[in-house]
Amino acid sequence: MSLSVKIEKNLGGFQLRVEFESAGGLLALLGASGSGKSLTLRCIAGLLRPDRGRIVLNGRVLYDSAAGIDLPPQQRRVGYLFQSCALIPHLSVLENVALGYHARPKAERNELALAQLRRFRIETLAAALPATLSGGERQRVALAQTLAAEPEAMLLDEPFSALDEYLKWELELELARTLETYGGDAVLVSHSRDEVCRLAKSVCVLSHGRSEPVLPVSELMTAPGTLGAALISGCKNLSPVRVQADGTLRCEAWGWTLPACPVPDGLTHVGIRAHSLQLGEGAISLPCTVDRVIDNVFSYILMLQTPGTGQLRIEFDKAQPVPPVGAAVRVHVPAEEILLLQ
Amino acid sequence: MDLFPLWNSLRIAFLSAAIVFFLGIAAAYYASRAPRLVKGVLDVVLTLPLVLPPTVVGYLLILLLGPNHALGALILRLFDTKLLMRWWSAIFAVSVVVFPLMYRTARGAFESFDEDLAAAGRTLGLSNAYVFWRIRIPACRQGILAGVVLAFARALGEYGATSMIVGFIPGKTATVATQVAFLWQNQGNTEAGRRALLFWICINVAISAAVLITVNLLERRSAQGG
Repeated sequence: MSLSVKIEKNLGGFQLRVEFESAGGLLALLGASGSGKSLTLRCIAGLLRPDRGRIVLNGRVLYDSAAGIDLPPQQRRVGYLFQSCALIPHLSVLENVALGYHARPKAERNELALAQLRRFRIETLAAALPATLSGGERQRVALAQTLAAEPEAMLLDEPFSALDEYLKWELELELARTLETYGGDAVLVSHSRDEVCRLAKSVCVLSHGRSEPVLPVSELMTAPGTLGAALISGCKNLSPVRVQADGTLRCEAWGWTLPACPVPDGLTHVGIRAHSLQLGEGAISLPCTVDRVIDNVFSYILMLQTPGTGQLRIEFDKAQPVPPVGAAVRVHVPAEEILLLQ
Repeated sequence: MDLFPLWNSLRIAFLSAAIVFFLGIAAAYYASRAPRLVKGVLDVVLTLPLVLPPTVVGYLLILLLGPNHALGALILRLFDTKLLMRWWSAIFAVSVVVFPLMYRTARGAFESFDEDLAAAGRTLGLSNAYVFWRIRIPACRQGILAGVVLAFARALGEYGATSMIVGFIPGKTATVATQVAFLWQNQGNTEAGRRALLFWICINVAISAAVLITVNLLERRSAQGG
């Protein structure tokens, strides 16, 4: 199982440049809205033609600008689960799912569709029209329909974004189960770090139309590598950095000099997660004053004024005592939790 | 009472609505997918008959179809047939005048069509023809139906362009609208004339009301998910 994508497209002021490879399992395209995630899926499905590039699925060339190959969506065998579900409004649930079996003999289609509905435990909805379904039911029908066509790859375009919070969880579990038995390549588009961590094996961060190197999901949190990845992974403290003559790292925003360490090429920023920072004395520490104390659901968030112009955000458990506003404190960070970003 | 004008009006309206149904769908589908500039130009040209005085449309058609003009002369030479002053000549006039109603309503329906539905059909492997006739058209059927019914209703009442193209020949080219004008101009101050006028006006109102009730029933049925 493999999907390899390398495409470029100019859309007025927006430039899409995406490159990734997936070798089975679920790959997530993670990015803020407007970063080009859905455009990428449309290019893979053949609904939008890139300007240049190559898309190969399991050794089959779907698109190759150099060789002049551009298969229509009908021949790509790529399933697309739309955010809106895209169920045909004038057809019943059974008829909608039967569309996925259009290549089979007419007599078998309804039987196959009914079996598929049973597999998703929605056979009671067979006669219903899409407009009468709940968001979660609609999503299940769309999933059943898409898989009915036996696609070699599945594209999932923010499948949970239109759902209520409590439904999301249930559907996420079901999608995870379904994808485990599916076996082919799947690409999930999402703007939620948490969703991606729970569902995907690897992740490709997209920012402003550019893709970054594919990471295992675990590394997104421990070593995001780029500023874009750090931002989308929820890193709250970021500062431009300058490597000084003695090798130490000067973080201008915080007026903080971090000790010398091996730095990657093209280092531009340093990131420190809010939960990596701790109050108290440590090997790498900084004097600050408490500017604000914010009472969060399960934690306190402190905004600390640094010696520089910027602030640091630090988050800790409610069991700990909280310093009052205006108090002088020290924060420290373990060396291994400093994120060096390109 | 001679009912010829009613029969003539109905056949002209049916045939014009049928012609405009296909041409309007084709033009609306093309315009809804055309680049911005092409669409802007098309929109102006195709909507013009809606806002031009029908007499202007009629005159322009005479310039095109008259026996001494381009198309009219050609047809006269090839088929020995005049294109004006026949009962079916009114179809040209009526089709042009009601075309914008079908075109604009259908274009609105095509533009509000959720393109994801077509995309979903194609990724499922359904052919482009299937997607057009079995997904796009049915999903837009309400707008298309509204357009054709409106066009039919307007076609029944067309007067200006029709009277210029076919005049008023009793028993040959008379329509309900031209009959009413003729009665008012020639017999408006006689008792018989007034009674005939009243009759035709009642016919007109009854047909229009029937059309509007049909539209309402259709809308209610599709609201129930039919």
